[in-house]
Amino acid sequence: MKLYVPLDSAAVALGADKLAAAIAAEAASRGVEVEIVRNGSRGMVWLEPLVEVVTDAGRLGFGPMTVADVPGLFGDLASHPKAHGLVDELPWMKGQTRLTFARVGVIDPLSLKDYVAHGGLVGLERAAKMTKAEIVAEVTESGLRGRGGAGFPTGIKWKTVSEAPGELKYIVCNADEGDSATFADRMLMEGDPFTLIEGMAIAGLACGATKGYVYIRSEYPVAIRVMEAAVKIAQDAKVLGPAFDMEVRVGAGAYVCGEETSLLNSLEGKRGVVRAKPPLPALQGFMGRPTVVNNVISLASVPVIMAKGAAFYKDFGLGRSRGTIPLQIAGNVKRGGLYEVAFGLTLGQIVNAIGGGTASGRPVKAVQVGGPLGAWFPPSLFDTPFGYEEFGAKDGLIGHAGLTIADDTTDMLHMARFAMEFCTIESCGKCTPCRIGAVRGVETLDRLAAGDVSAIPLLTDLCSTMKSGSLCALGGFTPYPVMSALTHFPDDFARAKEAAE
Amino acid sequence: MLDSHVHSDRIAEILNAHQGLEGPLLPILHAIQAAFGYVPDSAIPQIAAALMLSKAEVHGVISFYHDFRAAPVGRHVLKLCRAEACQTVGGDAVADRIKAALGIDWHETTPDGRVTLEPVFCLGLCACGPAAMVDGRLVGRCDESVLAEVAK
Repeated sequence: MKLYVPLDSAAVALGADKLAAAIAAEAASRGVEVEIVRNGSRGMVWLEPLVEVVTDAGRLGFGPMTVADVPGLFGDLASHPKAHGLVDELPWMKGQTRLTFARVGVIDPLSLKDYVAHGGLVGLERAAKMTKAEIVAEVTESGLRGRGGAGFPTGIKWKTVSEAPGELKYIVCNADEGDSATFADRMLMEGDPFTLIEGMAIAGLACGATKGYVYIRSEYPVAIRVMEAAVKIAQDAKVLGPAFDMEVRVGAGAYVCGEETSLLNSLEGKRGVVRAKPPLPALQGFMGRPTVVNNVISLASVPVIMAKGAAFYKDFGLGRSRGTIPLQIAGNVKRGGLYEVAFGLTLGQIVNAIGGGTASGRPVKAVQVGGPLGAWFPPSLFDTPFGYEEFGAKDGLIGHAGLTIADDTTDMLHMARFAMEFCTIESCGKCTPCRIGAVRGVETLDRLAAGDVSAIPLLTDLCSTMKSGSLCALGGFTPYPVMSALTHFPDDFARAKEAAE
Repeated sequence: MLDSHVHSDRIAEILNAHQGLEGPLLPILHAIQAAFGYVPDSAIPQIAAALMLSKAEVHGVISFYHDFRAAPVGRHVLKLCRAEACQTVGGDAVADRIKAALGIDWHETTPDGRVTLEPVFCLGLCACGPAAMVDGRLVGRCDESVLAEVAK
């Protein structure tokens, strides 16, 4: 009997490790031989821990599983109270276009054999037969843009590094996924680490870089463990070697290190303060050398682009947002998890049709798209299609494609204050608009909360200063959640006034 | 408390083990904290000398990052996520009840040295919040029952 029990952090946080032990114990007591594969998550977090049992018909899913549900796995599977049938046939799975996440949840993340059997290394093998310029052209042609949030064309960044003079160049993977509501990087690293390794190796070939670093945040212990094990396996199998090798590095709890120049300073062993640009990291990055800094999902999307061709990937999407995007649906939501789909679904389709509305059953009040630096969208903007430019046109951003759904009990003045407070805690301190502005922002919102509406113009002015005067997106984008809350939910700011009177 | 000679021997071992790395300071600090539970002040001159940095530079790095501690913590470390996704499912209220039950605020340790309470901004468990981490172990849909795990 072969079963899959996820090692994914979300599954583990909901009891997957205990479940795996209980299944092994139950099997032993029954004298049944079992093979338990610890896979990544399928992305249906509301069903985690989701156990899959391999049958002749396919993989049957059971979840959310508790230890009490374990004995039933050894009886009639069809009548198990947590049975969902074939996992691949579930609407959540069938509705997706899984390109980057094709193997996540499917394979044993630490089996290179599984990886190759499911199409792994095809992209790297093809890239190895191409010139640097041809690889760069293929990635450029695919339309892939930075999935970390900035949306900068990946191929153009690679071209700059590829053509930069210098013997020593680096590929740095930004796995400092600190935004609330985002967990795609984590799921990819936990569920299919070889895809990231392959993507980085291809980037190395394209740019003439021989060394790579994955900078993973310390809040992701499972991802760190799986990536470190995968790098070792890839080194032993000579996928990594003298031509291109890599190391896993661990962050130390600073949100701002998700900003690329701050990340580079941190990687060099310095305080994670932001560097002024220029010089671009592409020309003077890690240790002053030409460096590609790409997000996990950007790099992990490269193998499928190289394997299937730029035209295949580019065919998905909307406008200038090409390919697929792993949506992370989170917060107060009935069906939360990861859903990879071509750009272009509307926000309302994502929240209501896919997410199923709120978990509390109350009306959706607002959805924050793109993490703590993203705007809050009211239901009146639910017709906005998911794309970089489309969200920009509505004074928002898609960021790393995380969505926090909030019900009508949420106080938007409180959320605006939290955004400013978060900025005070996480500011690196280098530039004044962020360092001082966020502190003044908290004070100004406290004045508003006390009923002083004369603070509104001051808040608006402060946000404008932070937006245009900050060195990086932390200070520069904190105004998005603040101003969107003020613009779309004025009642929450007026209610404080009424209460004061 | 460990004898400072024991400290310095162990720190020398750690420094030695990290030779040849590019930008070794964060890995060194993580290793020291894993060994002692915090980064002792006495380590600073030793690290500075080995990496040819000033003591101020090493201190600056330690104090910049939330993870590094300059003093020992409680026997258990309970981290609760304060970020937006966890807030939308009642994370603040859970944190308030836990603070009240422990009688401490963020960054504080119970007087008996049992638990240190720390905020964390996102554990990537945003679709099964409120999220927590107890001594490095992840907890989803966290409530006050998590206190049972730090009871002793």
